Amino acid sequence: MLILFAFAGGFANAQINTLAPGAAAPEFKLKNVDNKEVSFNSFPQAKGFIVVFTCNTCPVAKAYEQRVIDLNEKFAPLGYPVIAINPNDPDLSEGDSFEKMKERAHSKKYAFPYLYDEGQWATNKYGARSTPHIFVVGKTTSGYVIQYTGAIDNDPEMENPQKTKYVEAAITALQNNARPAVTSTKAIGCGVRRKSS
Amino acid sequence: MKKLLLCILSLFFVKAIALGQRPGLLTLDQLNARLKKGKDTVFVINFWATWCGPCVKELPDFERLNKEYGDGRVKVLLISVDFISTFRTAVVPFVKKNKLKSEVFLLNEKDQQSYIDKIDPSWSGSLPATLFIKGENRKFKEGEFTYPSLLKEVQTIKTKS
Repeated sequence: MLILFAFAGGFANAQINTLAPGAAAPEFKLKNVDNKEVSFNSFPQAKGFIVVFTCNTCPVAKAYEQRVIDLNEKFAPLGYPVIAINPNDPDLSEGDSFEKMKERAHSKKYAFPYLYDEGQWATNKYGARSTPHIFVVGKTTSGYVIQYTGAIDNDPEMENPQKTKYVEAAITALQNNARPAVTSTKAIGCGVRRKSS
Repeated sequence: MKKLLLCILSLFFVKAIALGQRPGLLTLDQLNARLKKGKDTVFVINFWATWCGPCVKELPDFERLNKEYGDGRVKVLLISVDFISTFRTAVVPFVKKNKLKSEVFLLNEKDQQSYIDKIDPSWSGSLPATLFIKGENRKFKEGEFTYPSLLKEVQTIKTKS
């Protein structure tokens, strides 16, 4: 059975290489909805980041939108702000154009950057697969390191009061100088609209 | 009289099939049991959702595959991962509206962390995704298909075993 799985694994989307926990988090400099460029260095006081690949158009991303807003509200003051990046190619997904991103950030009063990923550079560097896809990044003495990747929680339908909040748990661990107990999860989401896919 | 009634009933039944599928709920165990029964069949299992644009776009290609090759040697199963709570409000109406002829199910599993890996460890959970199975051979692919690329996968797994 294991052999079969390994066999099947070799085929699937070799071109998307999702960065694993422990890997260095690539630094990016991308245009925000206010036309200013944003990078990790825009937040000199930050201890880390909640990098969220999300978009305007995906129902799962929309279902999680308020939770992203809440994460920023809770953790930005503690040194872990949200940086949202739209990974979709606007030619393939009209609703994710820079103009539409501006509209959404404005109407939903995003208090965090919502970045346009020209040429899907950051999307491909991180290997973002779907929306929403989260990377919790910690600032260490040896640079920016991915500490967690995957879903916000295990309750997309908001029906389980006993849900596990993976991102919150990861940041709480980092605040205690510990490794997150869960460093990687999966979730059903909308595949990133990649050019040439 | 009874015979007549039976006749009318069966007519209704045939008509229901001709108009399209009635989607049902399906657990992974039920799916595996189904796959075990058809060792000579190429199963093309597409994971999709009513809210997934690229999935909806490629559904006609799966329908075409089912129509042209669904003679018992190739079996298309369309498995929706829509929220279970939207089965009646989204999935059933979608299948009806689009008159889908392939078999349609809603995956009756709640724990994504568990079921995604069981379907394939290489699956990130992003949609669409398709699993090709014939006997012990399987191939999983995340991403979209065109009709020619779909046919190619079916041929490949058919000739491998």
